[in-house]
Amino acid sequence: MEVSEKKKKEMLWTMILSRKFSDSLVSLCKTEGKIPGMMILSTGQEAVGSGVCAALEFDDVIITNHRSHHHLLAKGADPEKIMAEIYCKQTGCNKGKSGTLHLAVPEINAPCTSTVVGGSLPIAVGRAFAQQYRKETAVTVCFFGDGAADEGSFHEALNLAGLWQLPVVFVCENNVYAGAQRYDAHTRVKDVAERAESYGMPGMIVDGNHAPAVYAATLKARQRALDGEGPTLMECKTYRLRGHGESDPQHYQPKDEIKAWQAKNPISRLGKELVESGIITPAALQEMESKAENIVAEAVRFAEESPFPEAQDALEDLYA
Amino acid sequence: MQTLGLGQAVNQALREEMHRDPNVFIAGEGVGVDIHDNPVFPTFGLLEAFGPGRVKDTPVSEAAIAGLAVGAAEAGLRPVIEIMFNPFFTLASDMIVNHAAKLRYLSGGKSSFPLVVRIKSGAGFGAGCQHSHNLEAWAAHCPGLKVVMPATSADAKGLLKSAIRDNNPVIFIEHMGLYFAKMPVPEDDYLIPLGKAEIKRPGKDLTVVTWSGMLGVALKAAEKLSQEKIETEIVDLRTLTPLDKDTILASVKKTGRLIVLHEATRTGGFGGEIAAVVMEQGFTYLKAPLRRVTGPDIPVPASPPLEKFYIPDEENLIQAAREIL
Repeated sequence: MEVSEKKKKEMLWTMILSRKFSDSLVSLCKTEGKIPGMMILSTGQEAVGSGVCAALEFDDVIITNHRSHHHLLAKGADPEKIMAEIYCKQTGCNKGKSGTLHLAVPEINAPCTSTVVGGSLPIAVGRAFAQQYRKETAVTVCFFGDGAADEGSFHEALNLAGLWQLPVVFVCENNVYAGAQRYDAHTRVKDVAERAESYGMPGMIVDGNHAPAVYAATLKARQRALDGEGPTLMECKTYRLRGHGESDPQHYQPKDEIKAWQAKNPISRLGKELVESGIITPAALQEMESKAENIVAEAVRFAEESPFPEAQDALEDLYA
Repeated sequence: MQTLGLGQAVNQALREEMHRDPNVFIAGEGVGVDIHDNPVFPTFGLLEAFGPGRVKDTPVSEAAIAGLAVGAAEAGLRPVIEIMFNPFFTLASDMIVNHAAKLRYLSGGKSSFPLVVRIKSGAGFGAGCQHSHNLEAWAAHCPGLKVVMPATSADAKGLLKSAIRDNNPVIFIEHMGLYFAKMPVPEDDYLIPLGKAEIKRPGKDLTVVTWSGMLGVALKAAEKLSQEKIETEIVDLRTLTPLDKDTILASVKKTGRLIVLHEATRTGGFGGEIAAVVMEQGFTYLKAPLRRVTGPDIPVPASPPLEKFYIPDEENLIQAAREIL
């Protein structure tokens, strides 16, 4: 299908924003006293978040996982509130209760993030059930990694979603590694998408480093869900350019492999396409990058100037 | 007044709440078409009454059932799911413990998860330890959950209706032995608040704190002790969390003696928590060391004499009473 220029520019923009956001965290998380906890970045996988979310409407729901920043920014989360939460500040989107890992942004219909591998899948089934129950014109997208496809929760969720024809799109971001384990060391089948057949739904294999391809596939899966034809398993082939977390020296990832995937960087790839086809000028591309840098710098400033929560706030927000 | 088994009282609560609120739906293994087809069971007749859109028979798939509840509750529905037997809680536990209980807190109070997990529980059926294992202390150990364990049919109806209307995840544990005991149940629409214990028998000499299936054991023992002029006060907790400490402490203050009675195993059981509360806040009331009467630290065995040995009875309770009187 032909993807509109507007959509292409939108995807390029959210990818640039996500990458600048991640890049800033690389050094900030190593600066003593700035950001508590572990840091898990989505560098290299931006086309998945941007391509999927460009195909969604506001009312569509996303349920995400520990590697969530690119999903949330592409869905429209406020970078300041996300950054402040990553800094565990009172002004963060979750008042410091979540930190970087469990960011929950219900105001953009990204209500739950599970850091339990595979945890997002059964919840997405429930969220999609609510859409079916209320006959809403909306779908749920569930993001998870290739490692999650080995969890029982993956299989239970796909079985129930297939059985009940729920309006859900399962988006597997196959970034080649689950922790330090290469895909072929944890799964026998060549593609996660093969598993779709077991649960009575189509499996799609998508170039996860090309946002327009992800966008087109998502549109198709979304329409299928809205038409009452049930779920789709979409496997986006991509690559984790950084370690599982930022404390990870990537000793298990061959250097030439990383280099090869850097050459397939989804941002420079789409940027180049848009410049070469005359959709944007090189100057406009440069401007997008500067704008993203400014937004991220402003988010960092907001987070750093924000206060920590009061210690006693720990007791709040447990029960409704 | 109508007399109902606890399962029938649960059924009535479900019917009333489903009529009242279209957001309430039920899901689980056999909640629609049940292998038993027996009116003593809690979801009997609901499929016919409410249809397959709201009475969802699921595959044998506890993680998916519990996840269904978490996601649907976040969207504002009020799921009531059933876990067929308490030991299968382990299969649903990631969704309940890591998600239902924590996601509101993780959202900074933005989201809520108004769901009920009904669990069939209790020893006494010769079913063995993978179908009989009282795990209420596990659930009570998770902040973010509420744990309800009714001992009478009337309480079950009022507590379940409150649980369904509560905006938090509630674990509602039903002792299957009580499904077969007919007890009076008011016919009107009434609520019993979560977090309030009830004195099921007043007394001045000894406090027994108990819940669920053990209330009957406590009442029988109290009758026997009464013949010896020993008056037992029985506190039925009804809700483990939030815990009604005031009622426990007021009773111990009155009697000066405490026995905690539960069917679950001893070590790490919820009786230890009650003992700790009384030691911290009611130590000076005690005229004698407190006692726990519980299942022994073994899996529930299948053979009738072994299972009978496992389940605390009134003789165990009377013996403990004699030790501290």
